[in-house]
Amino acid sequence: MKKLQFLLFSLLFVLFCKVNAQTPYDDPKNHACLKCHSSQIISFQNEVTGTEMKRLMNPYYIIDTTALRMGVHKSFDCTDCHSYDYTKYPHDGNLKLQPMSNCLDCHGGDPTYAQYQFEKIDEEFKKSVHYKISGENFSCTRCHNQHTYHPTARNSSSVQEIVSYSNSLCLSCHNDMKKYELVAGHENPQIIKIHEWLPNQELHFKNVRCIECHTQVTDSLMVSHNILSKDQALRKCNECHNTNSRLKASLYKYENLQARADNSFVESLFTNESYIIGAQQFPLLKKLSYLIFFLTLGAISIHIVFRFLKKK
Amino acid sequence: MSSANSKLYFYPLWLRIWHAINAIGIILLIITGISMQWGVEDSFIEFKTAINIHNTSGIVLTVNYLFFFIGNIITRNIRFYLIKPKGFFKRLFKQAQYYAYGMFQGMQSPFPLSEKRKFNPLQKLAYVIVMYVFVPFVIISGFALLFPEMIIEQVYNLSGVLLTAVAHSIAGFFISIFLVIHLYVASVGKSPAENFKSIITGWHNVH
Repeated sequence: MKKLQFLLFSLLFVLFCKVNAQTPYDDPKNHACLKCHSSQIISFQNEVTGTEMKRLMNPYYIIDTTALRMGVHKSFDCTDCHSYDYTKYPHDGNLKLQPMSNCLDCHGGDPTYAQYQFEKIDEEFKKSVHYKISGENFSCTRCHNQHTYHPTARNSSSVQEIVSYSNSLCLSCHNDMKKYELVAGHENPQIIKIHEWLPNQELHFKNVRCIECHTQVTDSLMVSHNILSKDQALRKCNECHNTNSRLKASLYKYENLQARADNSFVESLFTNESYIIGAQQFPLLKKLSYLIFFLTLGAISIHIVFRFLKKK
Repeated sequence: MSSANSKLYFYPLWLRIWHAINAIGIILLIITGISMQWGVEDSFIEFKTAINIHNTSGIVLTVNYLFFFIGNIITRNIRFYLIKPKGFFKRLFKQAQYYAYGMFQGMQSPFPLSEKRKFNPLQKLAYVIVMYVFVPFVIISGFALLFPEMIIEQVYNLSGVLLTAVAHSIAGFFISIFLVIHLYVASVGKSPAENFKSIITGWHNVH
């Protein structure tokens, strides 16, 4: 009897987990919105002519259903945020003019999300060049896709993944003429050309987030949102290529603090965070090099004095 | 030929050409190398210019080094660099003694230069270490930094690029120290300019 109870309980538990793991998007083909918005071609019944019609879907309105199901908002259905009137097709054109909820409408002032510091992010964002140029038109969703958002910087253990994800947010507009012009009102500058001054450009782009140089880093915020204008961006190698580097402040901070805690003193002299140019950036090596150089000069000077005295 | 006050043709033309290119290149590498340590904004030579000069000089000196390496073997100039282990430290000590105080007390040079002996023991050791250890090392590490994708990404928990950059700078630093000493010791002769003239004309006075 007890065995049966245990089996029943286990079965119920598995079923409960399965139900919980489901999202409204598990079957996109049968989802009222996604059956069209996950496909490149839509077909619908034309009630005027009575025939089935096919149209190409606007590529900006196609949702990546795989990413959608991995995103943080996966448990919400479309009409939780979009108007319920969208369930009718053809959609009413006026629906587009209705204001959408922004992140703070749900996340602001909620202690559940306190660790994500939404209010602080908003405060920092309001100082940024994005806000200064576009005002409220520049919403969070310009960079963070609300449908597929995934907190990579918090969850990933791979610096490479964090870097490429973070940079893809910037490049989605800054490397896209149409999207850039939509916000800025003029053509986008060529990323490679304007970074020509940067040595080892490819290596930097691959390993460093754009925001490392293009934001005002605040130690209290994991990802700074105060994006600076071009002329205020950082152009000093030493700020990063230094043992006491700016990189420590954000992205590499957690990893490096951990690494340092595990390291011996000697190893800590050469810890990983020092994306270095040369030995001069290590205080110990710098002092040693000065010592050797001046001892050499000293010995030569003494030798010269003796040679001079001998000549006399 | 090694009679008193006679002249020896010590430095053949190919060697003098190599030495001249090497001298100019190394000076450029040291100056631009030091400048780059200060970064983009604070370097005393415009950063991009410093990089270009450093890279170009590095490549030219690599080719020049191969010229030296092969030339040494072909012309048998390599024999002057071979160190006999027997009594090596004794000879070194003797030469050091001469430089440290012997020369001020009228002591004769313990290893006078001749057709068979172009370098004194200390000189030979320094040249071997610099030309066959440090220079090849800066060449290899320098090329690795030119193609950072070749460098091992992590060595334990250290970045491979970091280790290579630091090692390259350290080796470059010791070559700079060598240059300072080399220039000074070259001035220790009958007259301070004598050895400098020799490396230009090729002829060396044997006293």
